[in-house]
Formats: sequence, C-alpha cells, structure tokens
Amino acid sequence: MSAAGKSKNLKGETGEWEIVIGMEVHAQVSSQSKLFSGASTEFGAEPNNQVSFIDAGFPGMLPVINEKCVEQAVRTGLGLKAQINLRSLFDRKNYFYPDLPQGYQISQYKDPIVGEGEVFIDLKDGETIKVGIERLHLEQDAGKSLHDQHPDSSFVDLNRSGIALMEIVTKPHMRSSEEAAAFLKKLRAIVRYLGTCDGNMDEGSMRADVNVSVCKVGGYDEFRKTGSFKTLGTRCEIKNVNSMRFIAQAVEYEARRQIEVIEGGGTIQQETRLFDSRQGETRSMRSKEEAHDYRYFPDPDLLPLELDPAWVEAIKQTLPELPDEKKARFMALGLGAYDASVLVAERELADFYEEMAKGVDAKSAANWLNNEVLGRLNRDGLSITQVPVSAAANNAIIRMVADQTISGKIAKDLLDIVWTEGGDPKQVVEARGMKQVTDTGAIDAAIEAVIAANPAKVEEVKAKPKLAAWFVGQVMKQTGGKANPMAVNAALKTRLNLPDEG
Amino acid sequence: MPPISSDLTAMTLAEARDAIKAKKISSKELTGAFVKAIEVGRPLNAFITEAGEQAMLMADASDRRIAKGEMGALEGLPLAIKDLFCTKGVRTTAASKILGNFVPPYESTVTQNLWDAGAVMLGKTNLDEFAMGSSNETSAFGPVFNPWRASNSNANLVPGGSSGGSSAAVAADLCLAATGTDTGGSIRQPAAVTGRVGLKPTYGRCSRFGIVAFASSLDQAGPMTKTVRDAAIMLKTMASVDAKDSTSVNLPVPDYEKLLEGGIKGLKVGIPKEYRIEGVPAEINALWTKGAEWMKAQGAEIVEVSLPHTKYALPTYYIVAPAECSSNLARYDGVRFGHRASGARDITDLYEKSRGEGFGAEVQRRILIGTYVLSAGYYDAYYARAQKLRTLIKRDFDQAFEKCDVLLTPTTPGPAFAVGAKTTDPLEMYLQDVFTVTVNLAGLPGISVPAGLTETGLPLGLQLIGKAFDEATLLRAAYAVETAADFKHSPAKWWNL
Repeated sequence: MSAAGKSKNLKGETGEWEIVIGMEVHAQVSSQSKLFSGASTEFGAEPNNQVSFIDAGFPGMLPVINEKCVEQAVRTGLGLKAQINLRSLFDRKNYFYPDLPQGYQISQYKDPIVGEGEVFIDLKDGETIKVGIERLHLEQDAGKSLHDQHPDSSFVDLNRSGIALMEIVTKPHMRSSEEAAAFLKKLRAIVRYLGTCDGNMDEGSMRADVNVSVCKVGGYDEFRKTGSFKTLGTRCEIKNVNSMRFIAQAVEYEARRQIEVIEGGGTIQQETRLFDSRQGETRSMRSKEEAHDYRYFPDPDLLPLELDPAWVEAIKQTLPELPDEKKARFMALGLGAYDASVLVAERELADFYEEMAKGVDAKSAANWLNNEVLGRLNRDGLSITQVPVSAAANNAIIRMVADQTISGKIAKDLLDIVWTEGGDPKQVVEARGMKQVTDTGAIDAAIEAVIAANPAKVEEVKAKPKLAAWFVGQVMKQTGGKANPMAVNAALKTRLNLPDEG
Repeated sequence: MPPISSDLTAMTLAEARDAIKAKKISSKELTGAFVKAIEVGRPLNAFITEAGEQAMLMADASDRRIAKGEMGALEGLPLAIKDLFCTKGVRTTAASKILGNFVPPYESTVTQNLWDAGAVMLGKTNLDEFAMGSSNETSAFGPVFNPWRASNSNANLVPGGSSGGSSAAVAADLCLAATGTDTGGSIRQPAAVTGRVGLKPTYGRCSRFGIVAFASSLDQAGPMTKTVRDAAIMLKTMASVDAKDSTSVNLPVPDYEKLLEGGIKGLKVGIPKEYRIEGVPAEINALWTKGAEWMKAQGAEIVEVSLPHTKYALPTYYIVAPAECSSNLARYDGVRFGHRASGARDITDLYEKSRGEGFGAEVQRRILIGTYVLSAGYYDAYYARAQKLRTLIKRDFDQAFEKCDVLLTPTTPGPAFAVGAKTTDPLEMYLQDVFTVTVNLAGLPGISVPAGLTETGLPLGLQLIGKAFDEATLLRAAYAVETAADFKHSPAKWWNL
C-alpha cells in the first residue's frame, strides 16, 4: 500500500503532499413516485407538471413515506455490504430558498437508514482498494430555480421537488483523482446492477460533492491508525460535480491549490467551493462562517421508520449478482483481473458477454468482445445497448472460429458484414463461400501454384526458414483467405522440408 | 325528547339530529335559522367567513337525501368550522394576513368526514393567528367577543383561544357544534370560559391532513359542543385513521354516544396534587373539590396522584411548540401563495417583507423563539432538554394511570378576562394553558365540562384527562360530571338588541 501510495502524492515546492478525498454522492432513487407524495418522477416533463400539493408545500399537507423508496435504500445498503438500521429517523433541515417549498428538506440526520459499508475499486495498475462507506440516508430533492427565462424574474420548476435521493457518504479513503473517479464509477455500477438508481449523470440522477484535503506524507497512515482527523489537513467541499472527468479535474485542481496556499504561508479555511468546468477551476462559494444553521430536528409529521428484519432478509434474497462477485466468477473462468473488471463495469456489458461466451472459450470470447465488438462500438459512438450484432450472433461467429469453419481473419470480415448489413452469420458464411478450406488437396494445389510462380523464394526459405511466413501469406491470398492457416503451415513445412522450430 | 323550541338554534346537536330524523324539521329550516343567527351575531366577530349561501345549498341537498331515506350520522346538521381547517373552494385564512385570499383546492380529512356524514357548513370561525394565543386577540381579523358578560359590567370579555370563534359561536347559538384544534389547550380553555364542552382527543385519533399546522406533534382536532353527548356524536364522525396522515392511528372508533350512560361506579378518579397552584382563585379550587364530590357521590373512588414534572410543562411546551412552528411556518414565504410584499429588491428582501407584513406580533415572537431554541449551540440546552422533559411528563401520566382511570383538574386558572387585559404580558397569557398543556405534551385526551359560575356569573370548567385512546371512559366520566353539575346557564344575548 505504501509503495503504491507514494506514487499518488503530489510534489510541491517544499516536498511531497498526500491527497485525501471523501465523497458525498446524491443518487436519485429509481421509483415511480416521490419520497413523500404520489407525484410522478419521470424526467423531462413540462415544468411544474409533476407536483402534488405536498411537493409545493401547501398548508395542511403532510408527507407519507413511499415504501418503494425505502426498499430501494435498503437494497442499495445491502449492495454496499452495509449495516441496515432497523430504526431510523427523518429530520427537517431548515433553510429558505424559492425552490424549497416547505422551507425545509426532509432528510435523515442522526439516525440514517443505512450505516457502515464498503466498496472495492479496481485501479488500472491492478491494485484493488477498499473505500469505506460511512452511511446512506434518504432525503428529498429540491426543485429547480430558472434564472434565464425572464429579464428580471426567476422561475421555479418543482417537478424535482420531493423526489427521493440517497445520499451516500464515504469515509476519507480515496487518495487520488483516479481513485475518486474510479469510486464513483464503481458506485454507479453497483446501483445500476441493483436497479436502485439509473446512474444517469447527464440528467442529474447522480451528483457528487467531493471533499478534498492535503497533508504531509505520513499524515494519512497516522489517520488510518488512530482514527483522528488531526493529522489530516483542513478539507474543502466541492459541490455538485456531475461527471467522472470533472471529478478528476476538480480534485487535481483543488489539491494543487491547497498545496500552493499552504506553501505560500497561508492556511486552508474550511469552505464550500464550486467547480467551474469551463475554466477547470474551483471557486469559493461560502465559508464556514457563512454556512447555514440548518436547525435539524426530528420531523414530527413522520413516525420513526421501523423495518421488519424479515422484510430486509427478503430483499437480500432478491439481490442480483453484483460486480465484485461477477468479476470473481469471470476470473475463475480464466479472465485476467483487468479484463474481468472492464466487463463487469456495466451490467449490460457483462450480460452481453455472458450470453456471447455461452459454450465457447471464456478468454477468446472476452478478447473478441474487447477487440472487435467494443472497438466497433467505440468507432461508431454507440453503447453496448445499441450494438447492431446480437450476443447470439457473436456467439455463432466465435463458434465458427473455434470449430475452424472460418478463420480468425474471415471472422472479422464476417462481423463487418453483419454489423452493417445485418443477417445471420452462418447463412452469410454459406452464401458468400467464406468457409475455411481445410481440404489438404486444395491447400496443396495452392502451395504448388505459389512455388511454381516463385522459384527464387523457395531457395531463400530453405536458407532462412523464418521466411516461411511469406509463403503462408501468399497461399492465404491464393485461397481468398479461406485456407486454414495452421493447415497451410503444416503442409508448407512438409513440402519444403523445413525444421519444426521454424 | 324535549318539545321543539321556537328557537331552533337553542337545540343541542342530539336534539336537532333526532328532530330531523323524526322529520319534525328540515335541514333548510334549521340551517336558515342559524344563517340568520350568524348575521345577527356579527358583533361577536365569531366568523371570518360566513358561508350562508353554500350552507343553504348543502341543507337542500341534505333534505333531498333525507327524502330518499339516506341518513348520515350528522345528516342536515349545521356546523361551524375553525378557520384552520382547509375547506375546498372556501377561503381559509388561519386568521393570518399571510395567507391572503388563499382558497384551498382540497378538503381536510376531518371536515370531509363531517360532510360525508351529511353535515352542513355554516362558515369558518375566527381564531388566534395560526392558533397561537389564548384569547383570540392575535387574529388578523380582529378579536372575538365572549357572549358572556360579568353580572357587574358591560365590558367585553375574551372567548378564550385559540378556538375563540368556535367557542363563541357554540355559546351564542350560532351553530349546533363547531370544530376546534387544540395544541396546548385551544379547545378546552375557550370551551371552559364560554360555559360549553370542548374535547381534545388522543393525538392520532383525528387526522391532521388539511389542518394548517402550528405544532405538528401537539396539534389535534376535536369538537366544541353544547353537551358531552354532542361531543361524543361529533367525535365518532371526526375520528378516523387516514392514509394521508402517518401519525393518525388505526384503532377502532367506538360508538361513544352508546357508551355514555354506563355510570362511573368504581371508576378511579385521580386528583393530581401538583395542580394546586399558588395564585389560582379560591373559587376554582372550590369547584374542583365539588367536582370530586360529585363523582364520589356517583360511586367513583377518589385517589390522590402525583405528576411531579408538572411545573416543567409550560416551559417545555413553549420550547417544543415554537420550535415546530418556526419550521411549519417557513412555507409562508410569498413565493407560491398568500401574501407577497411589493417592491422587494431581492429574494431575501421578499421573504423579510412578506413575512414581516404577513405575520402578527405573537406569531413572529414564536417563530423567533423557535428558531433560537433549534439553533446550533442552543439546541441541546433547549430543544433536546424539552424533549427529555416531555418524556418525563408522559411517564408521570403513565404512572398516575396505574392508580386511576381518569384525572380531574380545573381547566383554566380563572374565568374569561377583559379584552386587552393580558395582551401586554405574553407570559401571563401563556399561564392560561397551565392546566391544559401537559395533556398535549403527553398526547392524551382531555375534555372540559361546564361546572359552575363565578360570583359575577361567569362560567368555569372542569377538565377530565383520560388514558390514550380511551375517549369512551373519558366521555362517560364527563357525562357524570355534566349530569351532577346540571349547568343550564346561557349568556344573555346582548348582541340581539
């Protein structure tokens, strides 16, 4: 850990600095209706079309908890291998803002529904890191203020008001921008596997507040040993960063800024900062002194949330296989750690792979997916859910390579054909005569033809057996790529009397 | 059944119900009499919104149902509704300027239950602004005058509060019965000082959905009536579990009226010694003693009990209630409905101006107190300690109820006082709730029954406190006290002249 840790440090004028990162992720709960009202949660409706009187804070309205949202929070907690608290409380967080109709947000402050858990993240160098989860709690989203609709008025859209969010808080266990981005990616994969959040960052379904601090080398290890925050630096919170790329940029910028301040003789003030994605920098939003006093207190309109252990257990029984488990299973099939972690990052990709790999070699299926399918998707700007050639069709192609019906080269051509023109791969192979030639007679005839046409080359090959590859290429050309290369190799060796090690 | 009085408005709810059932009168006749009485009673200022026209339409619809033989439990009976209950299509003000001309597009569950049972709405009654007050003097729509006057003075007296419009309307025969809400005594105290019955049910017995919130953990709707029987009839219809209120409780609602006359032989009545408070007039304590004797004479057993944390009840209440109110009233910000100040520079200015103009002094005082006790650095010293005391107060009652079935106490520390007498000293005004707030803090049911008159002819009430969700026993005990007290007094209708 320490050897790998050192490489994560930043160099300043006075020496090396460690970065310490914690995150608060707001994940929108996938549910038909809002946390405390029956209004719809669908994205993209006309402004103020999905608002109940509860969401709009009308007099005499009372919140009623949506059981589906509670179930989703518990499911997520189980997916994070976290403590499920059978009794939790809803509190009011009080502040004034036009898009907060009640004048308070219903949240969970002291007693959240989910306690400590953990997430494992895979880094590019093969290292796996455990990030501790501090808690997960349920809360209402606010509405949206629109400042660009009218020259001197602001408008408010309450469609989002009251939608259920899960706030997932990590421990300060991330040490670099790469780890921060990898964590969010992994968390996104987990909630998407679970079906508890669609993870759509463009629509704001997932947003992160990133806490960054820097300390002298050794401070972090001391913190991990003692649990005391004293050896860590003062943190700044960067609000609402909404893409993986921005998270990496924001962390990088903020850490360097803090080092510069400290090395210039200044001190870091605890504050909330905004990330300006255009300038690529963070800017002060409000200091600790300006921080709101939210006057939290238990919401008297809601009873404590009591969960039946049997109900929690029943949810546990319905959990899908999660990325870590899937990765372990893929590795047991013979995939490398990195390949496996790439495949499980998206549930759709993993599902596609599994269907594609049915009854064929796991490793060659993974290679085919990585090199051929993902390469073409990337080229065409498509996602795995938009892939034009089904997993079953890819499976058929791999099977034809495996049983030597077609060569590897022809397989790629075949994929190109069905990719653009569609069709059943087997029928295309039949119809276009793409079958591999293993018939030794046909191969021998082709070899004789090449030898006859290139007598000088024959002598060269005999002197330098490595040049046999040239002959193989010529024979393949002669057969229109359909000859089995292994068979060609073997036949050439016999015909030209070449040694085996050639 | 007594003969039908020439003045229909003097009937009790039960009498009117029976007369309608027997087709001796129609709902329109009855309702018409009340609409007229309300007009004549305008000097009392009991109503913020009169709904005479709508009332006649509802009465007409009711008469047509009656003709078809479709009789609800409250069929054709005209009621007054405290203007804290949201009523669909009828302006709801909470007696505050901040709600402006707010017309709710929805109906509170309690009032919906009443209309579903066939009742007729006469109008919306005055109250202290957002139910914060004990005299109905904080209303943005002016004070309500108590129908009662002292025998030696023509000075206007307060009708109690916060349900002062409802108490005045019931006492002045402007309705058969009314709804009230009780956060610290707002049903029982006004009922006591107007010589009528007021019942605060157990917290959770009636739905709070659609009632403008003051302090959510304390607010509870209840009936204000002429008799204990009427309170039993009203509660049966008002009470319900409600999917729209998570704090409403799913327990069967018994037929309270049927259970009224069981007698109180063997009932254990607790007298809490801590309710003997210095400075309370001798006639209040004398009435209390008399009440115990009435119950004993009917076979009840009187036991002394102790509620040791009673002295902390008022301070606890005046931390918990303002804390919740400071949050509940944050939604009145001038952005979506109600009063919006003109000429605001920015959003903060809009909040400050709208709320400064819209809220009266008492509401502002409580918002300030509530904001303070929840603030960082003060929370533990105030709000957290108040919550602990609330638990102790609740435990006091639990322990007392191991020794008795109901508790008997005075309702108020004195009779109705003159308009303006206590408005300059909020602390003295808060003392009005000294016997009633404990009940709200513990979430228990309590009822005030008229029991006697002062030397100058002003009504006084006795309070009975019951076990949680045992309104049946509470009403039975109240019926026994009512029978013994035989309180037949009514105010002289000075406003009729």
